[in-house]
Amino acid sequence: MVSRGESHFGGPAVELNGLSRSFGGSTVVDGLDLSIGPGELFSLLGPNGAGKTTTIRMLCCLLRPTGGTATVMGRDIITDRLAVKRVIAVSPQETAIAEQLNAWENLSLMAALHGVGKAETRRRSGELLDMLALAERASERVKKYSGGMKRRLSIAMALVSEPEVLFLDEPTIGLDPQSRRGMWEHIEQLKGRTTIVLTTHYLEEADSLADRIGIVDQGRLIALGSPAELKRQVGGAQATVVEADNLTDDAISALRGVYPNIRAIDGGVEIEGDDVRLHDIEDCLRPRGVTVRAAYEKHVTLDDVFIELTGKELRE
Amino acid sequence: MRARQLAIRNFKTILRDPLSLGLTIGLPSVMLFILQPLQDVDEFFTPTNLAPGIVLFGFVMLMFSSAMILSRDRETALFPRLLTAPLTSGDFLSAYSAPYLVIAVVQAGVIFAMAAVLGLEFEGSAMLVVLIMVSMAVLYVGLGIVLGAVLGVAPISGAYSAVLLLTIFAGTWFDLNQIGGPIQAVEDLLPFVHALDAARDVMTNGAGLGDIASDLTWVLAYTVAVVVVAGAAFRRRLVE
Repeated sequence: MVSRGESHFGGPAVELNGLSRSFGGSTVVDGLDLSIGPGELFSLLGPNGAGKTTTIRMLCCLLRPTGGTATVMGRDIITDRLAVKRVIAVSPQETAIAEQLNAWENLSLMAALHGVGKAETRRRSGELLDMLALAERASERVKKYSGGMKRRLSIAMALVSEPEVLFLDEPTIGLDPQSRRGMWEHIEQLKGRTTIVLTTHYLEEADSLADRIGIVDQGRLIALGSPAELKRQVGGAQATVVEADNLTDDAISALRGVYPNIRAIDGGVEIEGDDVRLHDIEDCLRPRGVTVRAAYEKHVTLDDVFIELTGKELRE
Repeated sequence: MRARQLAIRNFKTILRDPLSLGLTIGLPSVMLFILQPLQDVDEFFTPTNLAPGIVLFGFVMLMFSSAMILSRDRETALFPRLLTAPLTSGDFLSAYSAPYLVIAVVQAGVIFAMAAVLGLEFEGSAMLVVLIMVSMAVLYVGLGIVLGAVLGVAPISGAYSAVLLLTIFAGTWFDLNQIGGPIQAVEDLLPFVHALDAARDVMTNGAGLGDIASDLTWVLAYTVAVVVVAGAAFRRRLVE
């Protein structure tokens, strides 16, 4: 007996083969090749207009590709749409709820449309409503809810069917920090048993949740790897930043004698290497009249990776 | 099963707007009540003649409501979410039309019951009249689905006005033969006048299936065509 969320399908959960989509003469998704394993949490990052949402819309069978194809749990998104829809759920960027229904009814609707039984729906709905702090007003029509409450319910509607593949398009945008944290915890729990494709503007979200990250820009996949791999790819070795007063070229040359991989930055130097010692730096610089104000390890963040690869801030 | 769940949601949405529902069911009955005293001036205004026309008038209102609920849904993010559920175009078509067909039956029942109180005379087969009216209910609700699937909320009012005028000019509460000319020529090509003629012929003259076959063919052909177009409109919406 195969329970929901499990599958005997042995191949990749999501596989894209040259997936493309053009609107008029403009190519929004340009030949994406990608394979996402079962139970993996894969995050798609990219600046606005990079093609993330268009990709998700194609994978959810809402948009027909103009080139290439893709499969979800082995089902083709062009020729086997109904079968794909049986194994997916999506939380769209926009709040997507039935305003005239209450929270219970909204969750029951989505669960029933995905074939979940009544008792199971009640149990899952209760859990989700508790987690998202909606339980107290679950019997009220949702048109009376605040924007944040509606947003939380909209996300819960994607989670209630516990699909094999879950598409979360900017799920935590518009959530307060507490709800966001609760959502992260819930997503963490789903990891391993549900394949999750997540797009997000919160890089720390992708950093802490994703097994792998794909960075797309102008419809193309420009980097792929785990958060650590991506940081290594961009940041190279570990580095220490030294901020100092009266730093002269002579002083930098002297320091280069101790640490060869050194480069001048505004107001100091950056030393590459994982064995940099502060007292060695001070011993070298103090006799030359240089005062060290601060020294700290430089941490490469996904922000750095993103800017390095796309030349853009994520929020552009 | 899945279509039923969506139909229940749509039905709840309709029921939770009691003012619109009350007007949709109540207004045609009020029209019947207001118009029938005119039978003292013109014998056309008997409840027997008026009832089928008033029922069609009510169906136009249902067409408008069904078009609006679908068009409004399409303008929200809920609709794309529904499109990601494993539902076929047939599921969507039945889920959006079934609640209105139930209301159409209630609405027509109320009108005929009121007409009966006011002196409705029935010579022919009630089943034939039911067949004509159910077919017209499917046609109007199907038209609403087509409009809702294709048009935005604003243009639906214009389309509603056009169908309302065509329905009224078909002779809802007057004899189309008195108008004649190009209006009659146009109406003769549409199903509305054929439905009214057939229903009145059955009720007033006791006409049988053979007598109304020609009119019934017009009605059924249009109904099938509208259902096919409505299904196609949903199929087009399933994937862009």
